[in-house]
Amino acid sequence: MPADTIAFVVRRVGRATQSSIARLGFAARFFALVLYHSPAALKRLQLTLREIYFSGVLSLVIIVVSGLFVGMVLGLQGYDTLNRYGAGDSLGIFVGLSLVRELGPVVSGLLFASRAGSAITAEIGLMKTTEQIDAMEMMAVDPLARVVAPRFWGGVISMPLLAALFSVMGVFGAYIVGVRLIGVDNGTFWGNMQSGIDFWPDVTNGIIKSVAFGIAVSLIAVFEGYDSKPTAEGVSTATTRTVVGASLAILALDFILTVFMFRGAA
Amino acid sequence: MPSDARPPLAAPTCPTEIAVELADVSFGYDRRRPVLTGIDMQIPRGKVVAIMGGSGCGKTTILRLIGGQLHPQAGRVTVAGQNVRDLDRDGLYALRRKIGMLFQFGALFTDLSVFENVAFPLREHTELPEELIRDLVLMKLNAVGLRGAWQLRPSELSGGMGRRVALARAVALDPMLVMYDEPFAGLDPISLGVVGQLIRKMNDALGITSVVVTHDIYESLKIVDYIYFVSAGRIVARGTPDEVKSSTDPFVRQFVDGESDGPVPFHYPAKALAEEFAHAG
Repeated sequence: MPADTIAFVVRRVGRATQSSIARLGFAARFFALVLYHSPAALKRLQLTLREIYFSGVLSLVIIVVSGLFVGMVLGLQGYDTLNRYGAGDSLGIFVGLSLVRELGPVVSGLLFASRAGSAITAEIGLMKTTEQIDAMEMMAVDPLARVVAPRFWGGVISMPLLAALFSVMGVFGAYIVGVRLIGVDNGTFWGNMQSGIDFWPDVTNGIIKSVAFGIAVSLIAVFEGYDSKPTAEGVSTATTRTVVGASLAILALDFILTVFMFRGAA
Repeated sequence: MPSDARPPLAAPTCPTEIAVELADVSFGYDRRRPVLTGIDMQIPRGKVVAIMGGSGCGKTTILRLIGGQLHPQAGRVTVAGQNVRDLDRDGLYALRRKIGMLFQFGALFTDLSVFENVAFPLREHTELPEELIRDLVLMKLNAVGLRGAWQLRPSELSGGMGRRVALARAVALDPMLVMYDEPFAGLDPISLGVVGQLIRKMNDALGITSVVVTHDIYESLKIVDYIYFVSAGRIVARGTPDEVKSSTDPFVRQFVDGESDGPVPFHYPAKALAEEFAHAG
């Protein structure tokens, strides 16, 4: 390979690495500033409540419907597999643990990133494109406190609630399929679930995961929106980056958290 | 009314005779391509001053330097006697509370109604009771002729109405200085005249100072006290409207007469025509 080509490739890789590190540093500084402005933003609770409505309440349909269907599929597949080993009665605990520990936080996190995360990025990006962010700054109002922090906290608060609702709907879906359609004993289904799932660590760890996902998705969403180029293409790119980045972050965080949380239990 | 007299109901006027001063200001987003070079500009208190020039010549950058959104690489920007660069965040925000700005397309908050848009700076910076905020907002909207539109959303407004609402918002806190970024862009002739007259009347009635960045020469000549012409990041001409009308400066003539070629060339820099098509021969 000619020396020029090698130098070109090294330069490109170096520049890309440098730019990624700089962006990571910028994101970390941005996160620190969001936290710094959070007390002032949270004092005006109606701003955060409004964002909980947009991020949380408006995501209810997709969360409820997805949770129900995931639970129903889990009921069918779970019963089929468990029954091969003569453990069909353990459907309740299987479904409950799968949802509370894993599927609830992860799937609702992925749905939240697609529905609310992309909307937050697009909204902030469009505010930037239409000079609303500049206008706010020129009115001596800090957009980090007025626009970014309420959206960040709206997402962080909504995410665990949505994950909990997803798990509840999933259990309900599995109940419909397992108990009502397949004929698993009602008392066994609920009894096994009740005795096999502990609040600590099962439910608590699920909640911790969903909070971590909420922080990751909300931070990526507000950062990408705030850092987007003020053009139609810039907003579109930022929205895509939010969905891809947040989804990958959820999956990576899930693995890391699972390793630490369930190491002892496994 | 003399432009430097303070009307009885006006907000605190600028404490210095020169409201805004740019002294030998140079700026560029990167050092190889300067946007502004050696800009000297003085904007006296109470006057309406226009900064004119073609698209992309650095006019809006001047407003951003005055508002402290950008800082010059060389020179000094002074607003009301304060060097903008020396101000910390609190100082800059304190200064901005005394400055109103009208953005090119209004920059109204699309999730708020007309009323809430105008009330926004009052709610953010004052602790006024709701009744007083209501009265102040309706007074500002009345001044721009849109009191009846208080409940509309920005998406329901025409371009001219949006610009007027943004003007009402810009003066909501009774600023000492109002900056207008292309206030006439994309407006029909009637809206254009209305916005132009509002800029002049607001300036005189509230005793403020106005900086208008525009390329609309005809409307500007009717309402401003002084004009700076900027081309390729430098001030190339200046004068009162009468001086501009009678000027023989080639740039000013090209601008006033709307000539397609002149000191501002029609063609973007390129290779010579013969060189470009050499392969044809």
